[in-house]
Amino acid sequence: MSTAPTMNTNVLEVRGLSARIAGQEVVHDVGFEVPASGVTAVLGRNGVGKTSTLRAILGLIERTGEVLLDGRRVDGERTERIVRRGVGYVPEDRDVFAGLTVAENLRLAERTGPHGTTPERRRLVDGLFPDLVRRAQQRAGTLSGGQQQMVSLARALLNDNRLLLVDEPTKGLAPRIVDDVAGALAAAARTVPILLVEQNLKVIERLAERVVVIDAGRVVHTGPAPELLGDPDLIQRLLGVHADGVEPPGADPATTAVGHQKGGAR
Amino acid sequence: MSTLILLLVTGVGLGGLYFLVASGLSLIYGLMGILNFAHGSFLTLGAFAGLAAASAVGQDTWGGLALGLVVGAVTGAAAAAVTELGLIRPLYERHIEQVLVTVGLALASVALFEGIWGPNPRTVRRTEWLTRTTEFLGARIPNTAFLNILAAALVLGVIVAFLKYTRYGLIIRAGVENRAMVTALGIDVRTAFTLVFAVGGAAAGLGGVLATQSLNYVSPHMGASLLIFAFIVTVIGGMGSLPGAAVASVVVAVLQQLANYFLANTGDFIVVLLLALVLLVRPSGLMGRRAA
Repeated sequence: MSTAPTMNTNVLEVRGLSARIAGQEVVHDVGFEVPASGVTAVLGRNGVGKTSTLRAILGLIERTGEVLLDGRRVDGERTERIVRRGVGYVPEDRDVFAGLTVAENLRLAERTGPHGTTPERRRLVDGLFPDLVRRAQQRAGTLSGGQQQMVSLARALLNDNRLLLVDEPTKGLAPRIVDDVAGALAAAARTVPILLVEQNLKVIERLAERVVVIDAGRVVHTGPAPELLGDPDLIQRLLGVHADGVEPPGADPATTAVGHQKGGAR
Repeated sequence: MSTLILLLVTGVGLGGLYFLVASGLSLIYGLMGILNFAHGSFLTLGAFAGLAAASAVGQDTWGGLALGLVVGAVTGAAAAAVTELGLIRPLYERHIEQVLVTVGLALASVALFEGIWGPNPRTVRRTEWLTRTTEFLGARIPNTAFLNILAAALVLGVIVAFLKYTRYGLIIRAGVENRAMVTALGIDVRTAFTLVFAVGGAAAGLGGVLATQSLNYVSPHMGASLLIFAFIVTVIGGMGSLPGAAVASVVVAVLQQLANYFLANTGDFIVVLLLALVLLVRPSGLMGRRAA
């Protein structure tokens, strides 16, 4: 399935991507590009297929369509092969290995090869997350939600990736921790392009240059982030929330909350 | 008192045999979610291969036993690795089909073993020391019990060290928790699958040769007999938990011995009762992870 790479300014191109979970199609014919720098945010109400889109790009769920990394088709490859081509993944809910120590979680993420771990990357991670250095021998399952998110981010940042896929990194975190996570992502974005699924419009405003809005498994809007964030009517129409992240009267927080998290602060 | 000591020590020895089979079952289930019904076949094949090798040197010599243990372990590992590569891997993520394949392999392999070595048990010759007993706290303990305990302790130590100090051990521990996330870190977890099968197969093959020393015979059916109790041990200990398998092996075997002696040969019945009790009170087993 892989073809030779072509000259391309986009690090990632997704064309006609559809994905299924348990036989049901949850992403329909999605297409968008991620430029080779900066943060591209994926927005949408809860349950519209944002996480599934990220997982489909990595081949973690059944999918059809084209996924091009640096102009090379990778949609026929296994997940670990795509990752080794330089894709870091920070999943929703962190997915740290609870029974392993912080140091073991990070050691497991270290890779060899052209997009592998470098001394510079290790220094970057140590600098961004000094708390993890102090807690190296602590089991990851005993960390707070914010600390686990740092482990999850650190695992992706350890390697010299071409692209990071980051899924709702501020979900369920206290406001102060959200700032810390956003700061770490801003620092990371200076070294690697990021495709970011995020519900918090303030975080989007701080980090993202471009947005892709998904609704019911389809892309309904793409464009510069300021264009969307500066248009309250567009935000209301596409995301079902006011520009300040407050839902309209009568909105169901469980299904329409953008800027609100499903879980409580941890 | 000496009877109790005898029952306890021989129980722990029998537990050692259970652990050698259950450790592989538990690791395979923990990492791959597969109930491997063919595991007993690795034990039987290891036993026959080990004894064949030992015969070349002399079954009743220490050299023969040592060679038999090595060949048994290697044969078990090779059979398990070939099974994983040839039958399990093509059915990746199709758990029901994978389990059915192991059931089929278990049935077919017993028929194959019967065809090659005949259906009846064959007596084995042992070193003189293994035919004797040793006095321990007033009880006369069969020396095979000490051999089983020593071997099981060594295997437990080796597997724990492997899991704790090697890269693949780290991958296996992480994979038991969240296999998809291991893959999403760029790790080809399939190599770990083969490795886990091979490690489990080696322990089973070793257990097969040791079982021939305790039972004083080798038979095409010995793997299936031990596998039943190894499954019970694995469930009681907690599917996927190696320490759980170790503890449950001893608990099950000692209980079995005590019940057989004091409760008119009801050991098997009592063990199944214990299994039912654990499933009712603590379905995740003694040391298993609770279901989400």
